[in-house]
Amino acid sequence: MKQQIIVSGIGGQGVLFLTRVIAQAAVDRGIPVLTAETHGMAQRGGTVLSTIKVGDFHSPLIRSGQADVGLLLWEANLAVHQGLLKPEGHLLINADKPGPGMRVDAGGLARELGNAVLSNLVLLGLAVREGALFCTAADCEQAIRTLAPEKFLAQNLAALHRGMGM
Amino acid sequence: MSDVKDIQLLMGNEAMGRGLIEAGCQIAAAYPGTPSTEILQAVIDRRAEAVEPLHVEWSVNEKIAFEVALAASYTGKRAAAIMKQVGLNVAADPFMRTAYLGVKGGLLAIVADDPGPHSSQNEQDTRLFCLQARVPVLDPASPAEAKEMIPAAFALSEQYEVAVVLRPTTRICHARQNVELGEPVRLERRADFQKDPTRWAATPAFLPALHRKLNAKLAQIAREPAWQPRLAPGDGSRPRTALVASGIVHGHLVDLLGELGLDKAVDLFQVLMPYPLSPDFIATLHRDYDHILVLEETYPVIELQLAHPGAVGKQGGAVPREGELTPDILHQVLADFLALPRPPEVPAERRGRRPSLCPGCPHRVSFAVIKQTFPKGIFPSDIGCYTLGMNLGAVHTVHCMGACISQGAGFYQAYAQDGDFPTVVVTIGDSTFFHAGIPALINAVIQKARIIVMILDNATTAMTGGQPVPHLGRAADGGAAKAVAIEPLVRAGGVDFLEVCDPYDQPRLAELLRLADAHIRAPEGGVAVIISRHGCLMEPSVRRGQESFLVTINAACIACRKCVDQFECPALLMDAETGKALVDQDRCVGCGTCIPVCPVAAIVKEKRP
Ligand code: SF4
Ligand code: SF4
Repeated sequence: MKQQIIVSGIGGQGVLFLTRVIAQAAVDRGIPVLTAETHGMAQRGGTVLSTIKVGDFHSPLIRSGQADVGLLLWEANLAVHQGLLKPEGHLLINADKPGPGMRVDAGGLARELGNAVLSNLVLLGLAVREGALFCTAADCEQAIRTLAPEKFLAQNLAALHRGMGM
Repeated sequence: MSDVKDIQLLMGNEAMGRGLIEAGCQIAAAYPGTPSTEILQAVIDRRAEAVEPLHVEWSVNEKIAFEVALAASYTGKRAAAIMKQVGLNVAADPFMRTAYLGVKGGLLAIVADDPGPHSSQNEQDTRLFCLQARVPVLDPASPAEAKEMIPAAFALSEQYEVAVVLRPTTRICHARQNVELGEPVRLERRADFQKDPTRWAATPAFLPALHRKLNAKLAQIAREPAWQPRLAPGDGSRPRTALVASGIVHGHLVDLLGELGLDKAVDLFQVLMPYPLSPDFIATLHRDYDHILVLEETYPVIELQLAHPGAVGKQGGAVPREGELTPDILHQVLADFLALPRPPEVPAERRGRRPSLCPGCPHRVSFAVIKQTFPKGIFPSDIGCYTLGMNLGAVHTVHCMGACISQGAGFYQAYAQDGDFPTVVVTIGDSTFFHAGIPALINAVIQKARIIVMILDNATTAMTGGQPVPHLGRAADGGAAKAVAIEPLVRAGGVDFLEVCDPYDQPRLAELLRLADAHIRAPEGGVAVIISRHGCLMEPSVRRGQESFLVTINAACIACRKCVDQFECPALLMDAETGKALVDQDRCVGCGTCIPVCPVAAIVKEKRP
């Protein structure tokens, strides 16, 4: 099992949390995982990118054209990060307008749930429903239970389920 | 003890933090700085996992962190000092001498480099620094390996009584990996300082002997079996050819060779200890290989020591001399070296959206008022979130920790000797002020520099995630500490003009700036200090403690873009449909600080329902 995933967004959108959930799902399945994340200055609202490599890898970075899955929380990042994706890769985007990739208004759905930041898990839900990821819905739920603070747990699970169309 | 392995998903920095605890480190001191910050944070968060007493501290600067750890090691205990690469410049003085005098208990400096750089003022290579300091340095290739190296590094440090440096890079620090936890060792050491002034207080008379001893130790360390480069032999299809890699680049290379179906195509050496480089390894390469590609970040440290006529790398330009050695760049370099088909040119990295100060950030308000009050002023600033004041045109220089005050003084002296001088307003964060601003302030005062120093006091080290600062009275472990206030320090520094203001009160701040300008221009004037005080908005209690209005933009907007471009709150944008400005309610924190910016009063606030 090998899969390379990118998560792209801007600081404050919960890119790091989404990255951790996916990586935790790998750990729970006993699969090796490596991620690379953006920290520091860029987190102040700038473009941020996480890469996740699931399976037998030695480096956390992804070469151009090698990612199997792209999860984009900020549509404008398409121009910056699309080149990382394989031509046949799964592209899932948080967007309320039509365009390339599979799109969902994750921000809108998240706002209905009470917090725009939840768009990260709505998008994860969509990726799971589409079978784009190495892991199942149950894996993601388990990982969210491990990582989410108690008081946000119900909200986080609701966001995942909303993305899955439940 | 159970046999079930405890495997956790850890960030490299967390893995190293846990590694310090497992290795029996009892004193850990750091100054925060990306990408190293989360190492000490992990030690703090996991301190209950330590089996022996453990002192943790956010020191006031890196030099102090190093000296605290150093003396602790003199007592026979294991100690660590943690910093980012430029922090070692600050700690250079004690660091260089430590090489000669040595240590007792294991002393590990973890110094995180930032090839790229992603979040630093340069991309200097700590391994080269260690070569010049004559201190052994280890270069881990993954978070798990960084953790594994820690107990071995302490052992090496104790065996030879030398300080050892562990040099992770951003891609190790901020990578996450499944990492296996081990049991913390119980060393049961009691502090026992063996007095030996000829060593611990060595005068020049004793130093040649100490230097000789150091060189002898280094020659032995270079041959330590555990730290020899590791060879993954190829299938012989490319004879007398080798790849030499260290750090994360080794990881990139292994993945790349695998993806290209070349994993056994060529002999591959991983260098674990780039300095002192093994003489046996150097001899082997000179004897058995004609073509060598050296891959390392960021400077040619291995390459220089190899001095092999058939080696290519950064010196000849086969490998780019600057920037991060990403897998895409590596692919091109490898293709050239092995005569493979060249991959398509990677488009120049696009940076995407630039970062900006947070919605409601008090720094933004300070900068807006400074800019508005002194349109022709000179504004040196410093290292921290507030560097982003550049976007608002209120930051003209950023150099290194604490430099703004002395640079401000330098600007003043240069202009003043010609006659008139512009108003110089320097901005420095609270944490940076404690770190390196105090001597600079005293210097400015005694040299009669007529400048305005604005201390941006948001009661935290915000850029790196909110470490406590000295005036909060909070220790690293959350316990109470003595609070050291800024005001008395400023007064004791000889400053006659000192005012404090919440920048959200913009008219008051503007008035204080004008008064300060009058002070610096008065016959008896000198340095004027204004403390601009408002908590960091990333701190939840600050958000909870301030009123949040419903802020909107009404039809009066003339689409002048002033609020979007000049004030640059990320919650303000131009609506593509109406052409007017719009408040993004998902991001707006309702601070209302943007209201005075609008020339036609189109930004309005009301109480939230
Ligand atoms: S009130 Fe204005 S300055 Fe404050 S967060 Fe909202 S848009 Fe930004
Ligand atoms: S400053 Fe006022 S008029 Fe100008 S774009 Fe912003 S809201 Fe509109």
